[in-house]
Amino acid sequence: MPALPLDEAGKYVAAAYIVFFTLIVVYVAIMAAKVARIDRELTELTDLAEQQRAERDRDGEPVA
Amino acid sequence: MFSRGIKPLAIATAVMTAVSLGLVFFYAPLDADQGFIQKIFYVHVPLAIVALCGFVAGGIMGVIHLRTGDRSWDARSYVAIHMSIILGVAVLVTGALWAKAAWGHWWLWDEPVLVSFLVVFLLYCVYYPLRFSIEDPERQARYSSVFAIAAGAFVPINFAAVRMAEAFTHPRVLSQTGGSMPGEMRLTFIACLVAVTLLFVTLWKFELTAKNASAQLNRLRRALEPEGVS
Repeated sequence: MPALPLDEAGKYVAAAYIVFFTLIVVYVAIMAAKVARIDRELTELTDLAEQQRAERDRDGEPVA
Repeated sequence: MFSRGIKPLAIATAVMTAVSLGLVFFYAPLDADQGFIQKIFYVHVPLAIVALCGFVAGGIMGVIHLRTGDRSWDARSYVAIHMSIILGVAVLVTGALWAKAAWGHWWLWDEPVLVSFLVVFLLYCVYYPLRFSIEDPERQARYSSVFAIAAGAFVPINFAAVRMAEAFTHPRVLSQTGGSMPGEMRLTFIACLVAVTLLFVTLWKFELTAKNASAQLNRLRRALEPEGVS
């Protein structure tokens, strides 16, 4: 089969590289969302830990 | 634990990807036979090689998990297989695009390289339902490792079988004699292979780091929550 002309072949080459980079970007975006959730939960737990510490201080218990 | 060296790896991946793209489009000569569509091979073939190596690496990590009982090796194995499946999707799509441009068909069922890769890909798609249908974490890790080892052993056997097949319509990029690539093409191909390998390792470490952070967070939550609260 003869080689496709550049304008015809260009579409397929562009599509292949776009597919590859789109997959990577989607994957990184999903991972970024996960990291953001971890960050949010960590903030919540930090607040919870500080709240528990304040309660223990108020009750006069020794802090570990 | 898993995040060590991730920053230089990410930088190296970005640099290598940019260099590879530059080589593909501005340095590597046009293939005399296929013309411009041959440029697809610089992304398609490294993705296929790295995906298949990732499947085998998942099996090796499964062996280490079963030998040591260290669950972190099961996590490594799982993420390696997960990453390879993502790359596998890219391999199938880029391969179909090349096939349409070169052969006029999106898919040929009598082409052993295509069908064997699809078989490997579908085999690994079974990994997810197998893994997540088991609730007990110990059993989940053990069964997943056994699957990873069995499937990982199948990959090189499958590869060898295809090499021994008689149909040679699928172009050979690498062979014992180095294929038919001239020096510039070979250099570009090696750069692309290194870039995709770095990308795989970086994303593998990134996902492992996120998984580890999530697990540590759950431990912290259990430690902080008052007794009686689940």
